[in-house]
Amino acid sequence: MSADGPPGRLFKNISAKIASIPMILTAVVVFLGGTLWTVIYSFTDSKLLPRLNFVGLAQYERLWSTPRWIVSIENLAIYGILSLIFSFVIGFLLAALLDQQIRFENTFRTIFLYPFALSFIVTGLVWQWILNPDFGLQHIIRGLGWENFTFNPLYDARLVMFGIVLAGLWQGTGLIMCLMLAGLRGIDEDIWKAARVEGIPTWKTYLFIVIPMMRPVFVTTLVIVMAGIVKLYDLVVAMTAGGPGTASEVPAKYVYEFMFRAQNLGQGFAASTMMLLSVAVVVIPWAYLEFGGKRRG
Amino acid sequence: MANPDMLATTLAATDVMGRAEPRGARPRKTLSRRNVMLYGVLIVVALYYLLPLYVMLVTSLKGMPEIRLGGIFAPPMEITFEPWVKAWSEACTGLNCDGLSRGFWNSVRITIPSVALSIAIASINGYALANWRFKGANTFFAILIFGAFVPYQVMLYPIVILLREIGLYGTLTGLVIVHTIFGMPILTLLFRNYFASVPEELFKAARVDGAGFWGIYFKIMLPMSLPIFVVAIILQVTGIWNDFLFGVVYTKPDTYPMTVQLNNIVNSVTGVKEYNVNMAATIITGLVPLTIYFISGKLFVRGIAAGAVKG
Repeated sequence: MSADGPPGRLFKNISAKIASIPMILTAVVVFLGGTLWTVIYSFTDSKLLPRLNFVGLAQYERLWSTPRWIVSIENLAIYGILSLIFSFVIGFLLAALLDQQIRFENTFRTIFLYPFALSFIVTGLVWQWILNPDFGLQHIIRGLGWENFTFNPLYDARLVMFGIVLAGLWQGTGLIMCLMLAGLRGIDEDIWKAARVEGIPTWKTYLFIVIPMMRPVFVTTLVIVMAGIVKLYDLVVAMTAGGPGTASEVPAKYVYEFMFRAQNLGQGFAASTMMLLSVAVVVIPWAYLEFGGKRRG
Repeated sequence: MANPDMLATTLAATDVMGRAEPRGARPRKTLSRRNVMLYGVLIVVALYYLLPLYVMLVTSLKGMPEIRLGGIFAPPMEITFEPWVKAWSEACTGLNCDGLSRGFWNSVRITIPSVALSIAIASINGYALANWRFKGANTFFAILIFGAFVPYQVMLYPIVILLREIGLYGTLTGLVIVHTIFGMPILTLLFRNYFASVPEELFKAARVDGAGFWGIYFKIMLPMSLPIFVVAIILQVTGIWNDFLFGVVYTKPDTYPMTVQLNNIVNSVTGVKEYNVNMAATIITGLVPLTIYFISGKLFVRGIAAGAVKG
């Protein structure tokens, strides 16, 4: 009867430990083990099957001399920078507008956020249809009289990433708006009162008082959004399948192609390790700042 | 009488008529103009957000001749549900011509066990982490959270090997395990934070009464935490239903989830493009998460906020 006496620490721990076995296995075997495994095998010449024949940095040298990878990186940079800037600006503006004690706030918020519930595949296919040159936006505007109007991003190698950004923004901005709104609601009402008494215009209050106060919200949102950007894959597959040519290739797609199509595992591992590196550069300093200083009890 | 608002309005009125230079803080006399601007902008943006949904819907209700004739924004002259029927039961992917229904049922068979399993495991994890902290627990938890940020691509292949070893590669069960694994970081965080907010006294009282690990979990924690379970279910159902990458990597054509099949139907290069069928298929795939979203409302927002805000 263990329930009678105070159960010893060891006994109490055993229950919790047994219950935590799935978590421990996932953390250690899959996340930690899997990551290390991929990193180690990225230094081998694995082709169809993984094998431990080390070739140093050869896979990385090949990776960085492959035009397709360079295009992928450039595309990710374009997508990342544009979607960061626009989603933050639009998301914050929408949040600020919704924070004006307006009526139907819930309705507006529901509308701005619903794309976020959809899959990237659905989003990509809808926008592929809207941007269809023969039936979509271009066709409509030409029909209105501008005969020479051209807006055909999905079939234009120079513009294709902008088309993808357009769809990505439509889907993702609502999330940023929601997080920003939560941040704005966290600002003490007295700050606003004080600013009003001082006669500071609203836009200045936002720019110089509220936004600096919301720094933690911005940083957290930034990390989440950036981690999401690196994963960009489904949207591209649905909208362009990487085309025209390889004009809209992205790293995640490069990894998939080399691992599961081209039977060149080593390249896939090297490319995915580069993805890991890029995330680490963002996340580690953030985690250090966020969790390093203060210890949670 | 000395209502400050009224005073401000009166002052503003004298301002307009009298002096050219106003002094002090700007009074809120332009309330109505400001509101027109505010609501105007919000409505325009809302229309922009709704446009794709509208385009999807009207396209799916038109016949192909009408689509070739008119613009994508025009409402259908003659409503037809044929594209929906065709998308559901006849659309082709490769050699299979039994429509999206196959993918739909695959997705159902993937989503339900994945959601149940991942939430069961994560809630127990969260409970153990919050109330029964053992040595090293936080280290494992830190690794788990780190796993949430690692790009999936890094872990794709090791998991292929693991699944192949246990003979589940390419099966629905295998995909359920994958979803359980990748749902664990965020869900564990969610439950840990929730259980940590339960008053300590309650927990101690139950301990004094002789309840153990499972007793407290089933008799006290579980009944108290219904809201967080609902949030977790919303988060997982939409996330798993919308997944594409894991579906494509860990299943075979027969077991493809709906998103993968949808992409194959729409982006297949063979045959004449039937845009109305494509849009019907797209909207059908989006219907499950959209329904959940519109029904759950605030809880959905809570779910993503919980997913976003640190522990």
